[in-house]
Amino acid sequence: MSVLIFIDTTDGHVKKATLEALSYGSKIAAQMGTVAEGVVLGNVQDDLASLGKYGVTKIHQVTADALSQPDAQVYCKVLAEVATAIGATVIVFSNNLNGKAIAPRLSARLKAGLVSGAVALPDTSNGFVVKKNVFSGKAFANISVTTAVKIISLNPNAYQVIAGEGTATVAAFATSVSAGAIKVTSSSKASGDVPLTEAEVVVSAGRGMKGPENWGMVEDLAKVLHAATACSRPVADAHWRPHHEHVGQTGIAIAPNLYIAIGISGAIQHLAGVNRSKVIVVINKDPEAPFFKAADYGIVGDAFDIVPKFTAAVKKIKGIA
Amino acid sequence: MKILVCISKTPDTTAKIAFTDNNTKFDANGVQWIINPYDEWYSLVRAIELKETDPSTVIHLVTVAAADADPIIRKALALGGDEAIRVNADSHDSFYIASQIAEVAKQGGYDLVFTGKETIDYNGSSIGGMVAELLDLPYISLATKFEISANKATVTREIEGGEEVAEANLPLVVSCQKGMAEQRIPNMKGIMGARTKPLKVQEPVAVDPLTAVAGFELPPAKAGVKLVDAENVDELVRLLHEEAKAI
Ligand SMILES: Cc1cc2nc3c(=O)[nH]c(=O)nc-3n(C[C@H](O)[C@H](O)[C@H](O)COP(=O)(O)OP(=O)(O)OC[C@H]3O[C@@H](n4cnc5c(N)ncnc54)[C@H](O)[C@@H]3O)c2cc1C
Ligand SMILES: Nc1ncnc2c1ncn2[C@@H]1O[C@H](COP(=O)(O)O)[C@@H](O)[C@H]1O
Repeated sequence: MSVLIFIDTTDGHVKKATLEALSYGSKIAAQMGTVAEGVVLGNVQDDLASLGKYGVTKIHQVTADALSQPDAQVYCKVLAEVATAIGATVIVFSNNLNGKAIAPRLSARLKAGLVSGAVALPDTSNGFVVKKNVFSGKAFANISVTTAVKIISLNPNAYQVIAGEGTATVAAFATSVSAGAIKVTSSSKASGDVPLTEAEVVVSAGRGMKGPENWGMVEDLAKVLHAATACSRPVADAHWRPHHEHVGQTGIAIAPNLYIAIGISGAIQHLAGVNRSKVIVVINKDPEAPFFKAADYGIVGDAFDIVPKFTAAVKKIKGIA
Repeated sequence: MKILVCISKTPDTTAKIAFTDNNTKFDANGVQWIINPYDEWYSLVRAIELKETDPSTVIHLVTVAAADADPIIRKALALGGDEAIRVNADSHDSFYIASQIAEVAKQGGYDLVFTGKETIDYNGSSIGGMVAELLDLPYISLATKFEISANKATVTREIEGGEEVAEANLPLVVSCQKGMAEQRIPNMKGIMGARTKPLKVQEPVAVDPLTAVAGFELPPAKAGVKLVDAENVDELVRLLHEEAKAI
């Protein structure tokens, strides 16, 4: 019996969402009176042993040529081997792109019930019940997992990173899986940007910005806040901003600590993707804009006037010249 | 080429979310049902486009649902599927649903299975991966572009902060999101034609679900917005820093 946490990496570095998953998985292990272990696929530049401070005692590292392609079919087979070898009863993923690709496969392979998009620790007082997000952030469901092995994929920003003391032992895990059928031929990343799903602060703007040429002030504010940028759907549809910035019911769902909505009306489909944000700030010239009903703080006024002042005020408070 | 497109029914995006029976059931009272937007706008329309390029393509639709999903599946047929299969079962367990779809896929021998990115009610984003595993096929998730040439698919998919292009031979399972295609409105000819297209109903295979919904909760209501004067942006930043501790 143990809790196994999938350590997700990008360009050889452990993702922030993984630190949340490690903290979360370790807490579950403590709750169940067992140990938490990690599994990482491929070579990593970061010091894996230091991940012990998030509560894992051991990390299984699998390096094999078959893992050179990001193929969920292959990853799933390897994870199934590790989980079975160590007798994992709970397996934790981050509910990010890799989690969404791999966790369902593993669930079907191991016949292990999956809760995707978990937002809280499991309630183990009577069975195993996990709270997850449903109806695009408009409600929660408590899902009872009835199988011996359980899989949870944790929503980003839903659980606090808890760092303590400790180092993990790192052990190589040998696999004989063969290469998969998927071959990646090219990839492109906007370098330097904060990925939207992992961002703690998101600055988002809508049609109120009038045109793509006015996004400079939005980006300036995002920069001083170390924030990711997002937008409403019509803005992405009009190609003012790239599609991957579109948040909402039919775009990306996010839950940052702070969401700043500029010139966005707050349609129900937009709110569906952002209403799990901890603090919502709305800047809109229309006092009747529905977004104010979902906001914690707001300013009624012209974005073109307020956003530059906002940036200046943040600089002042952060002591940036 | 034979394509299987998975279609699910969801409450309209503006539907009021409420629960009954001591918060164990979704309150469907007065709710308008729609085709899950990812299934309709992206996966189904992309399948139709592939058929427009290669008319020998056959598109089958599958839904795992009770008879109340028939209007939804007819609408999907009106957009362009050739025939539909409804597996007569009402379940919210992803593994149960995926197992039914995998069974249909095995019987039909499809080259391609399309699902949507996720259902906008249960937000699992799980069915595609499960179907792929049950069929022992490769799976490309969250695709934004899909091209096919001979037997090889070239798929663009989202990665954290960017995108990548992956290739794989058919058969293949793909989950579709924004970028794949543009929303279409069914035309009169499609709507008339859909009435006579086959909608086969079949009984589910026996599968044990892996999860069950124990109950629902609504999020706590917001305390109400604190408005700051437009002349006093510094005060807003002070509140965010000192009170909300968000900056
Ligand atoms: C099935 C379905 C799914 C959808 N999915 C999504 C989704 O995922 N995400 C999404 O965002 N939308 C989605 N929509 C669209 C949604 O209904 C709204 O149309 C959209 O969110 C509106 O975008 P907006 O707020 O940018 O534009 P508008 O509604 O045009 O609002 C612009 C706002 O800017 C304000 N404004 C104008 N000028 C200024 C200024 N100078 N300073 C300050 N404020 C100003 C206005 O008062 C107004 O409130 C969906 C719709 C449907 C039907
Ligand atoms: N009951 C169902 N019948 C057919 N397809 C479904 C069903 N539920 C989900 N799907 C498909 O699986 C996708 C992902 O659903 P989910 O994993 O529930 O978020 C949806 O976009 C549909 O394409």
